[in-house]
Amino acid sequence: MSQLILEQALNGLQFGLMLFLLAAGLTLVFGIMDMINLSHGSLYMGGAYLGAAAAQASGSFLLGVVAAMLGMAAVGVVLELLLLRRLYRRDHLAQVLATFALILISNETVRMIWGPQPLMLNPPAALAGPVELFGFSYPAYRLLIVGVGLAVAAFLYLLVGHTRAGMWVRAGASNREMAEALGVDVRLLFTGIFALGAALCAAAGVLLGPLLAVQVGMGENILILAFVVIVIGGIGSIRGALVGSLLVGMVDTLGRALLPTLLRAVATPEVAGNLGPALASIAIYVLMAGVLFFRPAGLFPARA
Amino acid sequence: MSHMRRADLFELAALGAAVLLPLALQAMGEEFYIGFAARLLIFALAATSLNFVVGYGGMIAFGHAAFFGGGAYVVALAMQAELFAAWLVWPLAALGTALAALAIGALSLRTRGVYFIMITLAFAQMIYYTVISLKFAGGDDGLPLPQRSTLAPLDLADDRVLYWVALALLAAGLYALKRLAASRYGRALAGLRQNEARMEALGYPVARLKLVCFVAGAAVAGLAGALLANQNGLASPTQLYWTQSGMLLVMVILGGVGQRYGGVLGAIALLGLEEALGRVTEHSHFYVGFALLAVVLWAPRGLAGLLEPGKRRQ
Amino acid sequence: MSVLLDIAGLKRHFGGLWATNGVDLAVREGEIHALIGPNGAGKTTLIHLISGALAPDAGRILFDGADVARLPMHARVARGIARSHQITQVFPSLSLLENLRLAVQSRTRDWGSSFQFWRPASADFRMIEEAEDWLGRVGLAEQAGTPAKDVSHGEQRALELAMALATRPRLLLLDEPMAGMGPEESAHMARLIAALKGEQTVLLVEHDMDIVFRLADRVAVLVAGRIIVSDTPAAVRDHPEVRRAYLGDELP
Repeated sequence: MSQLILEQALNGLQFGLMLFLLAAGLTLVFGIMDMINLSHGSLYMGGAYLGAAAAQASGSFLLGVVAAMLGMAAVGVVLELLLLRRLYRRDHLAQVLATFALILISNETVRMIWGPQPLMLNPPAALAGPVELFGFSYPAYRLLIVGVGLAVAAFLYLLVGHTRAGMWVRAGASNREMAEALGVDVRLLFTGIFALGAALCAAAGVLLGPLLAVQVGMGENILILAFVVIVIGGIGSIRGALVGSLLVGMVDTLGRALLPTLLRAVATPEVAGNLGPALASIAIYVLMAGVLFFRPAGLFPARA
Repeated sequence: MSHMRRADLFELAALGAAVLLPLALQAMGEEFYIGFAARLLIFALAATSLNFVVGYGGMIAFGHAAFFGGGAYVVALAMQAELFAAWLVWPLAALGTALAALAIGALSLRTRGVYFIMITLAFAQMIYYTVISLKFAGGDDGLPLPQRSTLAPLDLADDRVLYWVALALLAAGLYALKRLAASRYGRALAGLRQNEARMEALGYPVARLKLVCFVAGAAVAGLAGALLANQNGLASPTQLYWTQSGMLLVMVILGGVGQRYGGVLGAIALLGLEEALGRVTEHSHFYVGFALLAVVLWAPRGLAGLLEPGKRRQ
Repeated sequence: MSVLLDIAGLKRHFGGLWATNGVDLAVREGEIHALIGPNGAGKTTLIHLISGALAPDAGRILFDGADVARLPMHARVARGIARSHQITQVFPSLSLLENLRLAVQSRTRDWGSSFQFWRPASADFRMIEEAEDWLGRVGLAEQAGTPAKDVSHGEQRALELAMALATRPRLLLLDEPMAGMGPEESAHMARLIAALKGEQTVLLVEHDMDIVFRLADRVAVLVAGRIIVSDTPAAVRDHPEVRRAYLGDELP
């Protein structure tokens, strides 16, 4: 039993860290540019497809990741320059409309290029097998994901907390007008943030590709989780995004694994079979509602 | 009635044309499109109900699909319990969604701005996941309707009749919206949109004003959902998923937030465009996306704003 | 004259700072009572505490005999406490008349509930008449149809005053009504306030000493969160502590 929990906890950690890759970019865009970007999930999808195609073509998983990150960063920059820039001053509803349109366009573009069937993406052969961990077997690939996730978290921590650029980002998240008044080149900062966010999304897309399906619409499912994460964590805060992601990843994964079992102990198998998955799915939303009840601005609000 | 404004005449003419549409379609041998036209009306009603909440009440609600789809499920479930009479079940759908909205609204309206958006989204997702986990509600596949609701002496199985009933409800809804906007309540909502703090300082019961708006919007969406179930022959979980809430919101914004016909124009434009493009290409959504972008960039007040360039919402 | 507002031992802190540090103040019915004090003395905080925008940490606010210190804002408004704001708070896209009509409509005791859904508001003739009346009293009748954002700053302040008055408050809190106005507009506003003498109880926060000493029946001086004196203008002017607090400031 404890082995099961440990295994699921690791899965939760792994999922949470990948969510973090999406949430980090999303929280900065929302926190600094005050922009609701529904197409963030499409960057994740684009990365997965690009990465899968590149990996298949070259035979190298690593190349797939790199291609995806660079490719989506470029897409992000173009998107920011051509369209998103014009939305910063508009109200949230206009942003919803525009970014929803982007979801339609990107889903259809992917379908046009790769067709409606899901793509195959295999983990690198070297990591296809299990690894001995604390006395039980755990997939090496998932460990890689955990490693990458932690590395990214460390990188962002250093970037945001200990560099000039990071200082600008924190200033912008806390008070945009003030940052502008102090001479921060806000426009360049925004483009940079967007590109970074896109690259991170792409990485998550490729890394999760072998575990979840690479298919049209994959962005929408994970996007909503990312929004839940940043609301819990506090909009504009990277630290909040990390904590939020881990919380959501853990609650979701452990919930799915344990709730049905727990329910079977107190209710009939039929009820447990029905209610278990439902409760597990609802769990993160209940978590979000709970957090908002006690901390209406999230756990680590960036705004002053 | 001595002097009818041009707008009123136009409305009457549009209503007349809408009434005659099924007959015209029949005459052209295009009966299939009567069902499609009914679908347009149903989404127009749902979008109008959301427009009331977003545009008139100033609340950006991102969970409206829960009420729209919810109404469909009430009808489907009632039929499982052998209840077919529309006179009974459709108001039940509206009542059920109203009660749900009362609970959701009371909790959500404690928050503001983006947090309100997220909370309404969260509640809708909760409802989605709960419904798909319930076997008796059909799970992932949804719940088919064995027949259409009965609305004696009318025969809803006839597509034309369903169309006319939907048209009647939409027209009634739009008329009610007109009167609401001009009423004391509507004026109070207008003040609320402009400056909520001031309304509070004047002693208006702001939370209650908003809650009534939220609940009323949900009830009408529930009614639209009842119609949708009849039109589709199915209550399906996709009707509850957040992307459906997004689509309804897109219709409202496309049509013109806070403009009386915003929901109608948006629904007709979006679904109509999809259908028209769907005839010539497999990838209609691609072009629809660009059309929406064009509207955002060059028609900031939506389609209704284009049609009446000088007129301001009162 | 009876005491309408009786504040005792009112306290409020922010972090380590006691912005309101034991305020005692009595405002009599029908009088114009001015509140003055150096910058940072806590005047706006005190107004917020009375209106209900802030809750006190300690103390008592007796309004017409009942303690309202822990009531929310809308409950105090219902009892007759109204305020105008330092930053103009009107309904920008609505016409002046509609602004005022909404203020009148808020008086549910006289007009019934706002939860009427069918009858058009334009049919409430007497309500509209009263709104027009108020507009006339502040000299804005000619611009009844103009959107509020299109009139001058001074006119917006006059509109605000009219809206506050239209709620027929027992107590009107005026927080720097002349802020941002030129001399002509200030004089007009002063005339409007002077016209309220005897019929409306007013607590007036103001920096302009000329106006304060001309309009007020009594003056209260707030220094470092405490009222050091509350008396007639003449008595306050000669008070040694007041002179000390305003060291260097010109007292007429």
